[in-house]
Amino acid sequence: MCTYINEKTQIFGSAKGPGGWIKVDTANVFFDHPYHAQLDHALGIDFVNEAEGSRERVAVELSADSARRLVDRILAALDSGEAAHAIGSGVAPARG
Amino acid sequence: MTYDALVAGEVSFAGHGGDSGTAYQARPAAAGPVPGVVVIHHAPGWDEWCTEVARKFAHHGYAAIAPNLYFRDGPGAVDDVAARVRAEGGVPDEQVMGDVASAIAWLRGEPNASGRVGVIGFCSGGRQTYLAACLVDGVDAAVDCWGGNVVVDDPSLLTTRRPVAPVDYTGRLGCPLLGLFGNDDGNPSPEHVNRLEDALRSHGKTYEFHRYDGAGHAFMSWYRHHYRIEQTVDAWHKVLDFLGRHLKAG
Repeated sequence: MCTYINEKTQIFGSAKGPGGWIKVDTANVFFDHPYHAQLDHALGIDFVNEAEGSRERVAVELSADSARRLVDRILAALDSGEAAHAIGSGVAPARG
Repeated sequence: MTYDALVAGEVSFAGHGGDSGTAYQARPAAAGPVPGVVVIHHAPGWDEWCTEVARKFAHHGYAAIAPNLYFRDGPGAVDDVAARVRAEGGVPDEQVMGDVASAIAWLRGEPNASGRVGVIGFCSGGRQTYLAACLVDGVDAAVDCWGGNVVVDDPSLLTTRRPVAPVDYTGRLGCPLLGLFGNDDGNPSPEHVNRLEDALRSHGKTYEFHRYDGAGHAFMSWYRHHYRIEQTVDAWHKVLDFLGRHLKAG
């Protein structure tokens, strides 16, 4: 059954859903039975604005393999992007 | 005997703490008396599938009610509400038991009620069914469909919302229990089911377990890729036979 195990992290940014862009402050990350993806288990991420009651949500459900590839590409994009923009890896972002 | 003419739709019920909640009810249009069944929805929420289950029971001569256990976390799309509940760590067991007790009372208050009431639940609802069979008065039969975390390996999974592993209440189980499980399921795994069966046996409880090869979690969900038609057909026969014996006979 669904476990309710949730790896929660605060984030700073925006996400776009059916109603347009929303500010998001929280990502709920879990590996469990998906709602939509035809998988036994999926890596789910819910981007929400908890400060505003999590009324809207931008969600993804990914296979374990594709989630790991995504993590790898996110880190690669950060490395190459920060280098291209001459942002030192030790420099904290302005927000969040 | 089956019934083609049904009465179905949303109703209000007074849930735990007197909170006004919504439920889906379905019953034969013909006069009773008919037994009742509380349908406890799965973790993904109070969705179309649980209303189909309620109508199936009505077709087979039961008054069924499926309370929305997430009504306090709405409104919104079913999946969004379920995501909200999930992020909060699920609904508290005490609150669910209150809602189930209220749903049972609602069924018994209907003019065509026979007074016999069963409870069936799926996924997290299977776990909650086991709890209700142990903790709620007036349950005459219970059907646990692949409820996970009835046996808890990791104590950190016991939270203020779910403080006790349901298996630890087995001595208080007050009605016959039917359990349906897929042998490819990881939660409950076959080993979990073994341990649950050991507890039931050691307490001398009346139970029937059916374990299906080639099936995993939620194998009755026709809209999921893990749907297993042969196991589902057999499982529905088992459910209707079990409830018929304990709710309709005599």
